[in-house]
Amino acid sequence: MVKDLGISLCGLHFANPVVPASGTFGFGLELADAFDLNLLGGISLKGTTREARYGNPTPRIAEACGGMLNAVGLQNPGIDALVEDKVPALRKIYRGVVIANISGFSVGEYAACCARADACEGIDVLEVNVSCPNVHNGGMAFGTDPQAAAAVTRAVREVSRKPVFVKLSPNVSDIVSIARACEDAGADGLTLVNTFLGMRIDIRARRPVLANGTGGYSGRAIFPVALRMVHQVAHACRIPVMGCGGVATAADVIEMMMAGASVVQVGSENVRNPYACPEIIAALPELMDKLGIDKLSDIIATV
Amino acid sequence: MEKRQLVISENVQVARDPLGRPTFRIVLSVPQGSSDSVGQEFREKSERSQTAPAARSLRMRAGQFVDIAIPGFFLRRPISVCDCSDDRLMLYYKVVGDGTQLLSTLPAGTQLDVLTGLGNGFRPDACREAALLAGGGLGVAPLYLLARELLALGREVTVVLGFNSAGEVVLEEAFRALGVRTLIATMDGSAGVKGFVTDAIAQAAPAYDYFYTCGPMPMMKALCAALPAPGQASLEERMGCGAGFCYGCSIRTRSGVARVCKDGPVFDKEDILW
Ligand SMILES: Cc1cc2nc3c(=O)[nH]c(=O)nc-3n(C[C@H](O)[C@H](O)[C@H](O)COP(=O)(O)OP(=O)(O)OC[C@H]3O[C@@H](n4cnc5c(N)ncnc54)[C@H](O)[C@@H]3O)c2cc1C
Ligand SMILES: Cc1cc2nc3c(=O)[nH]c(=O)nc-3n(C[C@H](O)[C@H](O)[C@H](O)COP(=O)(O)O)c2cc1C
Ligand code: FES
Repeated sequence: MVKDLGISLCGLHFANPVVPASGTFGFGLELADAFDLNLLGGISLKGTTREARYGNPTPRIAEACGGMLNAVGLQNPGIDALVEDKVPALRKIYRGVVIANISGFSVGEYAACCARADACEGIDVLEVNVSCPNVHNGGMAFGTDPQAAAAVTRAVREVSRKPVFVKLSPNVSDIVSIARACEDAGADGLTLVNTFLGMRIDIRARRPVLANGTGGYSGRAIFPVALRMVHQVAHACRIPVMGCGGVATAADVIEMMMAGASVVQVGSENVRNPYACPEIIAALPELMDKLGIDKLSDIIATV
Repeated sequence: MEKRQLVISENVQVARDPLGRPTFRIVLSVPQGSSDSVGQEFREKSERSQTAPAARSLRMRAGQFVDIAIPGFFLRRPISVCDCSDDRLMLYYKVVGDGTQLLSTLPAGTQLDVLTGLGNGFRPDACREAALLAGGGLGVAPLYLLARELLALGREVTVVLGFNSAGEVVLEEAFRALGVRTLIATMDGSAGVKGFVTDAIAQAAPAYDYFYTCGPMPMMKALCAALPAPGQASLEERMGCGAGFCYGCSIRTRSGVARVCKDGPVFDKEDILW
């Protein structure tokens, strides 16, 4: 039985719904020798800002039950390097959907970066990260207030022709109100969720494990919370959702899709297993067969 | 990098430090008659190759490391390779926290998921004639494979092993069996010279044109400052992926930002900003 894994979204074709999440797969190129990237439905590239950034001091990574904390702090080479070097190099080897993940510290910076990314031929989707918990006066500050999120969305929408997905933070009391604000401001879709703000303390040294003090919690443990948010938002909004948070298996992908995700992003699981995405994709047809699913797109938001 | 399923053939305590923390030696082997490499499976699939993947060599370069998935923990644990052959890896690890504690309880026969071939490794050819190898604690482990590589290139090797006390010493006999000049330094003087590796070096005054070091950061910093010759040091940093794509382990160096797991862990002395 031939299974149909393809997904159509905003005029784009994903060969399958599995996409490595931003920040957990570099610019794709770092893994080009590990496996054939063309197995992937899409790739969300590492978060990029206008200026190059070193990010936070180390330690930036901590172990946590069922997951990990990171406080990388948006280390990146800047938007010029993204559109001039990274994307053209990736395009030489990768034919699938390329998603640029953009961060900023002001509405103007978001718009300027998105305009550059929009003009870059190799990029298919703009993913606007208003949810990074690891930078100060930026990132998450825009994603925890409906008006600020709408302002960024509107500004980005005005400067781009490509589909704009806004990436939402789970660190809010009402994710639906933020999602609706972004939809009303012209977003073509939403990615959710980013990491949960967390912390670990080294009890022998009596100080935080992360040099930044706090970090974003992600990985298997957050799956049920992320799933609930995807379900809420997908049922409250008309625009498509890319589901993200704790996805580690083919069964998780199917569960996320039933909850409302059209595309499913895999984040921290790549960090512990660089082959997570191709393994999940390889396992999908057999699981679909067991569940009596012929066409994966049939199950989106069916629960 | 490759992801491999390896079997523990030996996992034994070989030493203990003054704080009571044990050191274990673990030997990992390719399971009999299996093709265990995932990286190869996906590469071959995409190349539409029909042939079954042959068992691949486990050989790594000195200074490279493996990243071991430990059951019950999210992140892998990076450990340097001490010695290797086509089908076996030997590592030394100290029990310092929950992950290494659990690893120390796993019996022979247990299968482990391991990323192999990580990191850049030392460059033995940077040494022209005689090399000085200085290790502190389990930093001595990667120097064993390095000593073998240097000997194969016909270089002369002196190794200085630094520990807190005699009960913590590992690999001394193994280095001597290679025929390299082997010096020991312990902080409490219970074996070899009393003091730091730098004290042992000052006393023995070996001739060398290049040095290699791995151990605690303060030791390597002192060594790099004290030794006039050029050299390389293997750095340590908290890691996420261990394979260069999460940017969790970035440090600043004189030649820019570098990932310890991919651009390192070995850096030139001149490049390191302590
Ligand atoms: C390139 C490299 C090579 C190494 N080689 C060896 C070796 O040959 N033998 C050996 O005994 N140890 C080695 N280490 C250190 C070893 O990785 C840590 O001791 C081990 O990860 C501790 O795990 P834990 O769960 O017991 O400790 P915990 O403190 O409970 O670990 C919590 C988290 O912190 C990380 N962590 C803790 N200490 C270190 C450390 N010193 N360096 C990096 N990450 C750390 C762990 O990986 C884990 O993610 C190496 C580290 C690196 C980076
Ligand atoms: C190391 C690391 C770096 C990340 N960097 C970014 C980033 O630059 N931009 C972004 O939108 N999300 C970033 N994220 C968040 C992930 O894309 C994802 O939303 C989150 O980790 C939840 O999914 P997961 O549980 O599958 O990891 C990062 C996550 C990790 C672990
Ligand atoms: S640990 Fe991921 S880049 Fe080094």
